[in-house]
Amino acid sequence: MLEVRLYLAQRASAAIMAPLVLIHLGVMIYAIQGGIDAAEILERTRGSFFWGANYGLFVIAVSVHAAIGLRNILREWLSLRGIGLAVISWIFFAGLLTAGLRAVAAVVLS
Amino acid sequence: MPQQSSQTILDVVTWIQRHLDAGLSYRFACRVGMCGSCAMMVNGIPRWTCRTHVNKVMRDNQLTIEPLGNLPLIKDLACDMSEFFEKWTDSKGYFQGSTTRHDPVSTLSPNSPQRRVADAATECINCAICYASCDVVNWNRDYLGPAALNRAWSLQNDERDRASAERLTAVAGDAGCHQCHSQQGCATYCPNELNPTASIAGLKRMVAKAYVRGELPKQGTKRDA
Repeated sequence: MLEVRLYLAQRASAAIMAPLVLIHLGVMIYAIQGGIDAAEILERTRGSFFWGANYGLFVIAVSVHAAIGLRNILREWLSLRGIGLAVISWIFFAGLLTAGLRAVAAVVLS
Repeated sequence: MPQQSSQTILDVVTWIQRHLDAGLSYRFACRVGMCGSCAMMVNGIPRWTCRTHVNKVMRDNQLTIEPLGNLPLIKDLACDMSEFFEKWTDSKGYFQGSTTRHDPVSTLSPNSPQRRVADAATECINCAICYASCDVVNWNRDYLGPAALNRAWSLQNDERDRASAERLTAVAGDAGCHQCHSQQGCATYCPNELNPTASIAGLKRMVAKAYVRGELPKQGTKRDA
């Protein structure tokens, strides 16, 4: 039932990403109306639980979604199977998660 | 070769066999779009040749007729359909009722929502045109394919069938319904205008719901990676 679990995980992660992308775009379009620089952005994001949770959740959803998508591509295009396929997918997931969470930490915690 | 009105691709192939190459091998039976035997690639597109008129598909006064794609070739225009039909069996594409001939005949309403869904997927003639047009079959030779999965979907919506969990398990492996990319080659070329893509999407939802409800075995199938 691995395929069913991956199917559910990919749909669930997509459902999480969709509203978060809309929030991101909406706030971005609103925030730049009067002009805003990096320092002003960081001033608003530092110490913010909301933005940390918002982008943290987004990073987790992206990591899950993209790793499953990459797994499908590797299997179909390169005919990868079994443990090799699983290892590459997990490494890609871990890489995306690490890089994404570091970025979130940089704008929220620093 | 002489052109005639309402001439079909199958007429062309038959004319070639009778006048140019007596050894030409191809397959046909009913000649009226019922049996699903005569499908071939015509100018690169899978078609039922007995119902395809030459004047509708000819390009620059030329026709290229090839054996059906995604299937092993036996000879000339005849493909080996074994894997296509074995996948029907692998996906439990056969009716499994719980009554015997001694029980009363079941009464089904043709207007029930479930029966309408089953009916929409029923008119498959096993021509393998969907199988030949499917890129996922081309990538993954184990993939069950649109026809077998469409059949499974039809049976899942048959109120008399009792093999639901068993069949859902069979179509949920790594060669099953979740591999479909919804590119709709099958729906585009199906001569009976069925929509296997929609059937497969229905199977995906049905499998997911059954899994969440704990109605499927955790260990999966022999095809799971």
